[in-house]
Amino acid sequence: MKLSRIFKTIFMIDFITGLVIAIKEIFKPKKTINYPFEKGKISPRFRGEHALRRYPNGEERCIACKLCEAVCPAQAITIESSERSDGSRKTTRYDIDMLKCIYCGLCEESCPVDAIVQGPNFEFATETREELYYNKEKLLENGDRWENILAANIKADNPYR
Amino acid sequence: MIEYINILFSEIYKLLFLLIPLLTAVALIVWLDRRVWAFVQKRRGPNVVGPFGLFQSLADALKYMFKEIIIPASSNKTIFILAPIVTMTLALISWAVIPFSESFVIADINVGILYLFAVSSLGVYGIIMGGWASNSKYPFLGSIRSAAQMVSYEVSIGIIVINVLLCVGSLNLTDIVLAQKKIWFIIPLFPMFVIFFISALAETNRPPFDLPEAEAELVAGYQTEYSGMMYAMFWLGEYANILLMCAMGSILFLGGWLTPFNFFPFDQIPGPFWFILKILFLFILFALVKAIVPRYRYDQLMKLGWKIFLPFSLLWLVITASYLFYFNLLPVGQQ
Repeated sequence: MKLSRIFKTIFMIDFITGLVIAIKEIFKPKKTINYPFEKGKISPRFRGEHALRRYPNGEERCIACKLCEAVCPAQAITIESSERSDGSRKTTRYDIDMLKCIYCGLCEESCPVDAIVQGPNFEFATETREELYYNKEKLLENGDRWENILAANIKADNPYR
Repeated sequence: MIEYINILFSEIYKLLFLLIPLLTAVALIVWLDRRVWAFVQKRRGPNVVGPFGLFQSLADALKYMFKEIIIPASSNKTIFILAPIVTMTLALISWAVIPFSESFVIADINVGILYLFAVSSLGVYGIIMGGWASNSKYPFLGSIRSAAQMVSYEVSIGIIVINVLLCVGSLNLTDIVLAQKKIWFIIPLFPMFVIFFISALAETNRPPFDLPEAEAELVAGYQTEYSGMMYAMFWLGEYANILLMCAMGSILFLGGWLTPFNFFPFDQIPGPFWFILKILFLFILFALVKAIVPRYRYDQLMKLGWKIFLPFSLLWLVITASYLFYFNLLPVGQQ
């Protein structure tokens, strides 16, 4: 062993250097955030909880083309459709099994009318499995609740598509 | 009869007066430990429950109380239940001899340091019992490691204590503190203080010597099979032991309750304040060390204990003894 190494070991120079650095770090600003009270910024492309959107006049956007159902790699989406009284094709059933969903975003990509989207909400943990089998009402309710943010996100992301 | 009951109640009162602040201190010290650790890593640490997260430990304790206590079917149930109780009891009874000031000590026995030393050696029994009674491989390996480690470092701590005793000439903890009125032992015996500090880390299974509970290899060591309140008792005992080691360090080397500045505004502050301040200082050092050093390998740990600390403290013992003898400073017959 080198003499300087022995000197360093005996007088614990490395240890003291580390201690000084540690004490300096204590007074530096924190890198983490107070999670439940403040949240990190998320991208407009963030793929969180699903929502079904409506047109401004209240009409559902979904035209029951079933592209999302076909593209879904986890087969989490189930759609049934029928002709409505005015002759348009609408869904009678739109279920997403949030436990099967892998949050890949392909349903959102495939949708020709921007009906099914994945919003910024990621805090939808529940206490039972059943609450995570989303049906059409739940998804439309999500869409109504998050509409402002969803529209803004789609607009912000538009130049890159 | 009445007299006896009176004595009994006054003793119980004294004990409660020590135990309740002590357990509160343990809860706070756990919070402080996590907080310092987090701050060094630029995290925030527990800061939600109560002001600055001060009540985090209370919340944790409440959680442990409501958790189910799982006793493995193949375990030795009596010893399995006894182990955390032994750990916590042994960690608490040693506080009986710790002097908080010249008059405030529960048992001012004349072999205080010996008692402290004996009880802290017994502490390993709780861990061995827990590891053995779990009847599972990780607790078993963890407890074996812990036993070997604590016995090894016990030896060098013993010789360090003899160093101090040579300078004092008494085994009474109050006498040891009063002997430091002129100069704290940290100054003449500084290398011994450093070795004592490192040995105390090993003795209390703190990082970098937390091999008994090395989570990467042994899951959680001797605590693996424990859950609920029994785990919490291990945890309380561990931190009470750490506090005890800090108290021992401040009594042996930092002058216990003596004030560091012997002039006007400072010599009016009561002794326990300085004592607690010194314990806190040592504990913050403990917490900082946890944040900055990686874990030792097992052979390195044993090498450090037996091949470096033991010969060096023996050498220092000879030096101290020779010095005191040559300058005729040996405190013989001073009691």
